[in-house]
Amino acid sequence: MADLVFVLLSILTVVSALIVAGNSSVIYSAVGLLFTFMGVAGLYVLASADFLAATQMLVYVGGILVLILFAVFLSNRISDAKLSNPTHMRVPSAIVCIALFGLMSNAAVTTEWAVKTNVEYAPTTAVLGRLLMTKYLLPFEVVSVLLLAALIGAALLSRPESAKAALKPDMEEGQ
Amino acid sequence: MEQLTALIIQKVPALAVAPWAVTLLLIGIVAFIILQFAMVFAGFGTYLERKIAADIQGRIGPNRVGPIGLLQFLADGIKLILKEDIIPTAADNHLFRMAPYLIFTGSFAAFVVVPFGFSLIAADLNIGIYYVMAVTSLVSIGVLLAGWASNNKWSMLGGMRAAAQIVSYEIPVGMALIPAVLIAGSLSTQDIIRSQGGLLGIFGWNLFHNPFSFFSFFLYMVAALAETNRTPFDIPEAESELVSGYNTEYSGIRFGFFFMAEYADVFVVSALATACFLGGWQIPFFNAASLPPVWANLLSLGVFMAKALALVCVIIWIRWTLPRLRVDQLMRMSWKYMVPLTFFNFLGVSLWVLVFKGKGIPQMIASIFG
Repeated sequence: MADLVFVLLSILTVVSALIVAGNSSVIYSAVGLLFTFMGVAGLYVLASADFLAATQMLVYVGGILVLILFAVFLSNRISDAKLSNPTHMRVPSAIVCIALFGLMSNAAVTTEWAVKTNVEYAPTTAVLGRLLMTKYLLPFEVVSVLLLAALIGAALLSRPESAKAALKPDMEEGQ
Repeated sequence: MEQLTALIIQKVPALAVAPWAVTLLLIGIVAFIILQFAMVFAGFGTYLERKIAADIQGRIGPNRVGPIGLLQFLADGIKLILKEDIIPTAADNHLFRMAPYLIFTGSFAAFVVVPFGFSLIAADLNIGIYYVMAVTSLVSIGVLLAGWASNNKWSMLGGMRAAAQIVSYEIPVGMALIPAVLIAGSLSTQDIIRSQGGLLGIFGWNLFHNPFSFFSFFLYMVAALAETNRTPFDIPEAESELVSGYNTEYSGIRFGFFFMAEYADVFVVSALATACFLGGWQIPFFNAASLPPVWANLLSLGVFMAKALALVCVIIWIRWTLPRLRVDQLMRMSWKYMVPLTFFNFLGVSLWVLVFKGKGIPQMIASIFG
């Protein structure tokens, strides 16, 4: 049963990933990405990582994918969105792709994976929370500061020009 | 689910050859029941909405089909099914067809963790509330795609507005639910409801737990109204500016999907508010676990539905009472007022739980009097 589900989810993930890479329209690629994310979330659930699966949906589908769609819709060439993913330099990219594929599959085959048999489907949320607040507190805080910096930067960049001009004298005085 | 499968196999040994089939069948049955509930609720919701709207505006409302118009929703449903499913030639065929399903899936998937009663829940997921937040993000994608695929300015604008609104208000909605999570120490909806039981009756509810959780309830209701795109936050559909927003080009049963998703959302919002702040299915002054299972489930189902439907009525009442906000007002409200307020509430509740060891005000008062 679990194997069958795994195969189905993998097919969903890989096929939609192919759509992402192969389709000529950005919008269709984005939709393909949606199903890739869902397939990966399903794989997380199979690996008993329920919290991670929900986070995957929330962050990637609810955040990043919406952002991608917005970026496409708000670009000036919205009428060209149907054919906006042209292919260039087929031969070099094919070489790079094949090389990367060989490297990664080699790594995947030769690495000795720590295999866990009889995985118990135990909830992970409490454990994750405890670890984030104790052992991994510093990385957690560093990441939040980084995100905060990105937020402030985005807010500053998107200010109207007049507000930026009003801000400038203060900054010069500060120097 | 596994216990139920085991029980059925125990009763009917012939099924032991294919236990997965039994599990699959059970999942199918549960999904079917909940889907039917969502459908019927959508129908009932439209009737309720039209009747309340009519009362507020001094009209009569639907009164022709069935007694006091009760069967109006059947007529509407049949009409939607029989109507031609028009797909504009300039529309993007595949995406246009897919978008309503995405939206409906996103809304309907939230029903999995709606705690209808003492043990009436499709799956008591450990990540309950978080799961709802995660699956509703499908709705924003669906709305964006519906708007874009329609190849129509109004649909496009409506879709973008709706997606921006859903993404913005997701944060206050999530943050406003956190007090209940903190008090219960769990994300599971059933655990949250269990933490609100006890001998205090309605004062055991999270609503009365402390001042911050009291405010959180109202913040949640406002933010959730905005997330479901209902008036006074129905800017994506604003008839006066956008015809009907992202669903302008849809007709027939595809339009019906948008409609059902909207009412499913309204119910999920009310159900979550009930579960997180209003004690869920807790029968006041009774311990549901001490009753016989059938009665415990029936009574708790009744209590839960009464609370949730009351909230649905409030949401409808708000829709027909308040005027619509402007886009900029809406965004300002989300980012400048709702988000900081919910953060403040979050800090307050965390401090409260830390300082008073999770005890609420009613509990402290009760302990004074022994």
